[in-house]
Amino acid sequence: MATFSSTIRGPQTEQGEGGVHPPVRGGGGDGGRGDGYPDYGQRLRRVRVGLAIGLTSVTMIFVALTSAYIVRRGLPTYDDHTRTYISDWIPVELPLALLLINTALLAASSLTAELARRQITRQAALAPVRSIPGVSLGRESGFPWLGLTVVLGLGFLTGQWLAWRELADRGFYLATSASSSFVYLLTAAHGVHLLGGILVLLYAATVSFLLHRPIEGRRIVVDVAAWYWHFMFVLWLGIFALLWFVR
Amino acid sequence: MVAQDAHAHAGPQGFIRKYVFSLDHKVIGIQYYFLALVAVFVGMALSLLMRIHMIWPTAILPIVGEIKPETYLQLLTMHGTIMVFFVLTTAPQSGFGNYFLPIQIGAPDMAFPVLNMLSFWTTFVAFVVMLAAFFAVGGAPLHGWTGYAPLSALTNSGPGEQLGADLWITSIAIFCIASLMGALNFITTILDLRAKGMTMMRMPLTCWAWFITAILGLLAFGVLLSAGILLLLDRNLGTSFYVPLVVVNGQVMGHKGGSPLLWQHLFWFFGHPEVYIAILPGMGVASQLLSTFARKPIFGYKAMVYALMAIGILGFVVWGHHMFMSGMSPYSAFAFSIMTMAIGVPSAIKTFNWLGTLYKAKIRFQTPMLYAIGFVSLFVSGGLSGPFLAQPVLDIPLHDTAFVVGHFHLIMGVAAIFGMFAGTYYWFPKMFGRMMNESWGRIHFVITLVGTYCIFMPMHYLGMAGQPRRYSQFTELAYLQHLMPLNRFITYAAIVTIAAQFIFVINLFWSMFKGPKASDNPWEATTLEWTTATPPPHDNFGGHTPVVYHGPYEYSVPGAAKDYVMQTDPAGVAAH
Repeated sequence: MATFSSTIRGPQTEQGEGGVHPPVRGGGGDGGRGDGYPDYGQRLRRVRVGLAIGLTSVTMIFVALTSAYIVRRGLPTYDDHTRTYISDWIPVELPLALLLINTALLAASSLTAELARRQITRQAALAPVRSIPGVSLGRESGFPWLGLTVVLGLGFLTGQWLAWRELADRGFYLATSASSSFVYLLTAAHGVHLLGGILVLLYAATVSFLLHRPIEGRRIVVDVAAWYWHFMFVLWLGIFALLWFVR
Repeated sequence: MVAQDAHAHAGPQGFIRKYVFSLDHKVIGIQYYFLALVAVFVGMALSLLMRIHMIWPTAILPIVGEIKPETYLQLLTMHGTIMVFFVLTTAPQSGFGNYFLPIQIGAPDMAFPVLNMLSFWTTFVAFVVMLAAFFAVGGAPLHGWTGYAPLSALTNSGPGEQLGADLWITSIAIFCIASLMGALNFITTILDLRAKGMTMMRMPLTCWAWFITAILGLLAFGVLLSAGILLLLDRNLGTSFYVPLVVVNGQVMGHKGGSPLLWQHLFWFFGHPEVYIAILPGMGVASQLLSTFARKPIFGYKAMVYALMAIGILGFVVWGHHMFMSGMSPYSAFAFSIMTMAIGVPSAIKTFNWLGTLYKAKIRFQTPMLYAIGFVSLFVSGGLSGPFLAQPVLDIPLHDTAFVVGHFHLIMGVAAIFGMFAGTYYWFPKMFGRMMNESWGRIHFVITLVGTYCIFMPMHYLGMAGQPRRYSQFTELAYLQHLMPLNRFITYAAIVTIAAQFIFVINLFWSMFKGPKASDNPWEATTLEWTTATPPPHDNFGGHTPVVYHGPYEYSVPGAAKDYVMQTDPAGVAAH
């Protein structure tokens, strides 16, 4: 029993990750430390951690679909006429030009999302200075990057819709073949996730703006929405590459 | 301190905000707990009907009437699904985890309280949708909790496979989303909200178990969600992900070229980690309680943590051992077999460390401790048949027999349930401010332990004697006639064991209102939940922030004033 005391230590001076930040009571979603000023830095970090973890599960959803795609593509089917196993995988004729335009739209929206993120980060950083009476920082450029991102995102979704129409015109419907099922499925799954991002951006651009929420709070929404948006762009590149190169 | 005291305000006062759509992790934890309690009684009633049908196949039962073969399969499907998702996944992780994880790491709440509320109510909706399958036209689905295609992927493959099966898949998809939200919250909370001094390696093993479980859930439920969406598309929109060219009742279905094995791969990629999602929180609770009631530090804390991680990692590379019968390449089967048996190593580390904790200890045999020891017993008994089933040559004769049923019920079902019982008897004083009745707790323990062994141990023999699972009737099969006495014995044991569970429920609710008042630390335990008031205030620590100085299991420390040193006790330093 002599070994028990070895685990007793003094108060840890090298704090763990949990101790890096002072244990400010910002949690509970009920309003920070109680002195009316929530710790936005801590809240931003927490939401970013949550986003990274959430994106892991989104990744797993698409990993599952991708592996199903690859397995199904390599799967032979028994053919009654020849009495052998043959591949029944029909490569889908993707509307390449349209999809490239869509990709460009999404790339542009990712860029504008980043500009929106930086814009609001700067505004949030300068807000305390600006609130000092008599201090003027000149006019900020109020370009609506957020709104532009939403417009470009909706443009991408419309483009995807047109691509579906194009596929249907070429005779590829959801249930036509395994390959076309996967094309619709992967693009739809991505589209749904992107739509979620658009809703968050719309929330950041309108509701919290109109309600005069503190800029720091809006900044957090815009920040994670922008990172989510970048992820959606990279995810689309992966899906596009899969559908094109692994036809 | 003024600012912090100002924060120590009471929670919301209205009934709806306080008890229904509450953001308080403690209320949400209790909500999850009671959801699981309702679910476990539904699942238990279904199993009772199945057991009765097995020995009296022609009996006309109340409510359900005559049990036809398809009715039996519907009972089996719903029993498995409700138990796995709404009991084993819900209570140990979401119930106890929600309540005690933030308190044990010294946080005022979960990282995202609104998300927490959403994930509970999403789970609730999933449960309602699942129950609705009973009332759908054609009844509940009959494809088993594993939902193997093409049976599950065709709408005319049997009664219950129309709307009932759609509701079943929808419910599981909703449950996946709820679990993903919950897992996100758990992981963020542990990474970001630990109190000062609460390093990862000072967390109680319960927190480690919840952490690893949340990671498993995060990675596994997304895959099940994908698989479920493919299944819904196959059923309703004519795709052929899982369905090959099939003829049902002389009618050629429109599907072609799909692979039923694809479903099995996707399902078991989720399904095997799910087994650990059910059992790991129980392991955490057992570790916590064995140390507390043995008045000794847990034997090999770090080894326990690394064993949890190893089990979590290995859990993702063994799904193929559920598919040895699917005609997989013997080389794949060999790889899956080796990986599966490798899980025996961290499991044995845990078991020996539990035994090492008990060795030469002055054990306090109170009800929570009895259940923790029972957990170890069941984990060993159920675990030992694992390496048998992990080997293809043994799995092939034993597959789809009662042997498998006995195996997984002992280790995944009853062991996890014992973890929940242990947690209930242990944390009840903190949750409701009163003690549970000790005598009735012991009686409940003895009947439940003996009863479950009587139910599930003989199933191993039945399986080896060739009794298949999922068959609704054995009375017509000549070669199984000599097993009927054993089958009757199991059913009688099940009736007694199920009856004994009412002792628990009565004890639970009676103690909630009439039990003796509990002190803040009735078990003389060291972790943070025992430093705060009973029951804990809205922000858990009444406006102050705990600072942690020790690991979680400082019992019988030489030189210390008492035989335990609280994690928040700076005085323990002087003893060194």
